[in-house]
Amino acid sequence: MEWLSWLTEPLSYGFMLRGMLAALMVGVICPIIGSYIILLGMSFFGDALAHTILPGVVLAFLFDWPLVIGALIFGILTPVIVGLLTQGGEVREDTAIGIVFAGSFALGVAMISTLDSYAVDLTHILFGDVLGVGRTDLIATFALGALVLLTVAAFYKEFLVLSFDPTLAVVLRLPAGFLRYLLLILIGVTVVVSLQTVGVALVLAMLITPAAAAQLLTRRLPTMMAVAAAIGVLSNVIGLYLSFYLNIASGPAMVLTATGIFLLVFIFAPERGVLWRRLARRQTAATPAPVGS
Amino acid sequence: MPGMPNVYIKPAQHVQTAPSLELTDVTVFYGATPALDGITARLHTGDQVAVVGPNGAGKSTLFNVIAGITRPQRGTVRIYGSGPAGHICVGYVPQRNRMDMRFPVTVHDVVMMGRVGKMGLFRWPGRDDRRQVDAALEQVGMTSLAKRQIGELSGGQQQRVFLARALAQEAELLLLDEPLTGLDMPSQQAILTILDDLRGQGITTLVATHDLNEAAEQFPLMWLLNRRMIAQGTPAEVLTPEHLALAYGSQIHVAHGADGELYFTDTCCDGGRPPVADVLRGEHAPAVLAPEELR
Repeated sequence: MEWLSWLTEPLSYGFMLRGMLAALMVGVICPIIGSYIILLGMSFFGDALAHTILPGVVLAFLFDWPLVIGALIFGILTPVIVGLLTQGGEVREDTAIGIVFAGSFALGVAMISTLDSYAVDLTHILFGDVLGVGRTDLIATFALGALVLLTVAAFYKEFLVLSFDPTLAVVLRLPAGFLRYLLLILIGVTVVVSLQTVGVALVLAMLITPAAAAQLLTRRLPTMMAVAAAIGVLSNVIGLYLSFYLNIASGPAMVLTATGIFLLVFIFAPERGVLWRRLARRQTAATPAPVGS
Repeated sequence: MPGMPNVYIKPAQHVQTAPSLELTDVTVFYGATPALDGITARLHTGDQVAVVGPNGAGKSTLFNVIAGITRPQRGTVRIYGSGPAGHICVGYVPQRNRMDMRFPVTVHDVVMMGRVGKMGLFRWPGRDDRRQVDAALEQVGMTSLAKRQIGELSGGQQQRVFLARALAQEAELLLLDEPLTGLDMPSQQAILTILDDLRGQGITTLVATHDLNEAAEQFPLMWLLNRRMIAQGTPAEVLTPEHLALAYGSQIHVAHGADGELYFTDTCCDGGRPPVADVLRGEHAPAVLAPEELR
């Protein structure tokens, strides 16, 4: 039973248990929201959003608010500002996102640089500090995570139409604009919730890597989301143990695990994996062409 | 709980005796250039019309206006007596190349999307929704492929699935954008057979196509468009040399032969039109149309 204590021993520390619980919630919601991100081709937006909330995080840090509050303000503000900049049609959306993204990231770093503990704080914010998750942080993570999951469940069929065929959403007279904003805000909230676990710089990986692997394994959105969440949870748990025993930073450990799983799926996935397609091609090449066709 | 109304919109008045589609002076500008200029036309329940014209003639814009996606700067659209905004009875079948077919949805999922407008917020598909989806799949002959992922189907099969989606939506006005482009003959025939059925069901259908032959053979009515409505009526009334010259300008040539007149059009692909001279030398398969075929 040595392996059992190998698994349970880390959890006897309060900070590891809290970290594990936070990592589990993040492992579930990130890939579910990430599924929409990759289907809508919005990876750039997700990454940008993660960077734009930096000033909010720093503000919360300075005034000792819960991190979530500060980040949430900027997380919701970003889609609104991008929407305002692109409204007249003079500025392309990806350009507007780039401007807002870089500008507020610079603002955040400038604010941190005024602190004495500059280097340590910046590292935690950029790459996560799952072991520093406090009790209130954990409660906020679970409350917001539950809110995200409930919203996805409530608007599931509308989001499906919007992401598969936006024109159909308009023809069916669904409130397409409202749904789009709602989805952007959900992405914002998810990024905020994940911030402490994987950090600003790596949250994109938590969003899209498990979802991308799941898309290669499934053919329906609900199963894609379930598989993605399973991969997310697995990566975070494995990553956290790796972090504990090998003394690697926790955020990168989780992301590297997810990346490893993605690569395995990319190569070995039935039907859509590289290996499978190569074998299938060889098989058709080896079969002699039917006579007389 | 049946009959839960769509919570997002105020449903439009649906006067069944009114024309199924009535366009009056519909004009759309993109910047300073008109994309549509003063389009006036009327269709009745069950009419099927082929909308033809060169690339950039405004066929897609016209469909967007009818679907309520684009608002015309001038003129009105009436569907069964009221503007398009309140109607969820307008179905559209998109051009396949605009869709991401790797999307994780099955054929059944795609068709069920047609029901989302009727279901209303916070509701899951009920027995009635499933019955409509099954009936729509049956009508287009896709029942056996219902569990397949949409990307695993051939182009013709995908087209039939999107038709089924519009049927499940209980569309009464159906817009099809180049539905036959890129399909092989059996697939085209399958789609045309389904369109024949729709006539009997009282569904008004508009089909945008660049293929004058197909339009003349398959549809009782034609609209010839080049920003303005050049001509409307039966194919024989519409496809006169004067009308074609107006719509296509130098892109169409009329050759006088022993068997009558032949029309050569250069509308094959987006912008990449083979020079008419090459067509006349037989280096490209031309779109050939003899007037006696029209009757």
